[in-house]
Amino acid sequence: MKIRHRLIMFRRIVKAGLLNFIRNAWLGLAAIAVMVITLTIILFSIIANSTFTYTITQITDKIDISVYLKDDVTAKKRDQLIDDLKNLDSIREVNYVSKDEALEKYKEQNQGNLDLLLAISQTDNPLPASLQIKPQDPNNIEPIKQYLEQKDIQALQSDETSYSGDRKTAIDKITSATSFIGQAGAVSVLVFAFISMLIIFNTIQMAIFNRRSEITIMRLLGASTSYIRGPFIVESVIYGIVSGVISIFIVHTLFSISARAFGASSLGILDIEFANRYFADNFWKFLGLQLGVGILIGSISALIATRRYLKFKTSK
Amino acid sequence: MILLDRVTKKYNKNSQALERISLHVEPKEFVIIVGASGAGKSTILKLLTREEKPTTGKIIVGGLDYETLKDKEIPILRRKIGVVFQDFKLLPNKTVFENVAFALEIVGVGNKEIAHTVPRVLDIVGLKGKEKRMPRELSGGELQRVAIARAIVRQPRILIADEPTGNLDPKHAWDVIRVLEKINRYGTTVILTTHNQEIVNKLKRRVITIRDGRIASDKASGEYHS
Repeated sequence: MKIRHRLIMFRRIVKAGLLNFIRNAWLGLAAIAVMVITLTIILFSIIANSTFTYTITQITDKIDISVYLKDDVTAKKRDQLIDDLKNLDSIREVNYVSKDEALEKYKEQNQGNLDLLLAISQTDNPLPASLQIKPQDPNNIEPIKQYLEQKDIQALQSDETSYSGDRKTAIDKITSATSFIGQAGAVSVLVFAFISMLIIFNTIQMAIFNRRSEITIMRLLGASTSYIRGPFIVESVIYGIVSGVISIFIVHTLFSISARAFGASSLGILDIEFANRYFADNFWKFLGLQLGVGILIGSISALIATRRYLKFKTSK
Repeated sequence: MILLDRVTKKYNKNSQALERISLHVEPKEFVIIVGASGAGKSTILKLLTREEKPTTGKIIVGGLDYETLKDKEIPILRRKIGVVFQDFKLLPNKTVFENVAFALEIVGVGNKEIAHTVPRVLDIVGLKGKEKRMPRELSGGELQRVAIARAIVRQPRILIADEPTGNLDPKHAWDVIRVLEKINRYGTTVILTTHNQEIVNKLKRRVITIRDGRIASDKASGEYHS
């Protein structure tokens, strides 16, 4: 009996919320508009962030490979390794840099730093000899990696294979720049989400303010708090759902237009093709996220906005 | 059933709406409260529905002491009381049928029973055929009758009617009074406030006269001369 009663009440609350949504469509429009903007910006920030990260990986992958050799590797073994590497289909070029050459290069690079030069001249050249490998296809260095990671080849190496070479500094700069962009993006998303929550809250509160007499009447007739509040929350949840769907539709449309306009090209650090694919691959996840955030913002706003009209008089 | 013990209500320091009102209403009684506007009639009703809290004094209705009443219990109290508000307080976005049905919906009455009960009650108040009208399409008298239908549809133990004949011509006014008497015969305590001398004097019921926030007279079969 109790479950049946609850079911009846729940059905009525949902129905009332739906009716309210239809009857107050114009009032809800403002709330939906603000929510759509917020959700769209949040989604864009997420995709942009992932695209930056992807671009970084791409650049990192595109660079030369350095294999550092132990000092005790014999010339014979070294030449054998070079020959073997050259025979690999995935390698275009292998250059040997001896210990002396490495030292020269190091001194050149650190010309201004006298302390460092002094220190290194007093030691027995600590720099290893290395092999500079240029892959055939920068996007496909996996076979080379696999080859270099074999046990007997690893035994010849003094340090871990470097996949960055002399572009390391450039990559580091880009990485720190993107992580800054990512952090700034996250902060601005949070700030914007907060501001729009205030606006959404105000809009919903205005819609509820217009119907405060209704709430008072329901109160006087003996309706419980949840029975009065329920329809307002259902209504706001519908705002959230509608906004979530609209925002994902907007993002989808923008991506398909931009993909058609720019083709597979990249806009600076933004790889449109990747962004588009990333969006398509995670479509359902994003839809869920948009709906979730929309529903959450809507229902919390309605919950707070109805509070004051539901209070009983306490003054004597 | 209903007990007010030395109830005083002040809305602010200078104005005193009620002063030390004490009254007792038995179950199944039919009580008429009369008095000029501003005398404090509506304040009594507002105190009974716990719309307002008394400044001092004790109120007990149906065994519930208002002083210890928790917020959660207020809706439960109000469900026991049917109220015909002076300004009707109908829900503007609901049809006549929905307005009356609402009183049943909030207490969880099933749809079948609502579909069965509401038309019967609308018939009693003479609104048959106007179920689908919106409040804005109705005349003052019709609105009043919707309010009455809503108040009686739950068959409450207490019915409070604040000037329910105010907007009605004599014929309809008497129709409404007959409905109240009928409800009373079925066992509901009725508290009626009115200005209408003719009705008061013909009914020959208990009449409580309020003047300047005090009980001026309380007679078992009273009359009213303003």
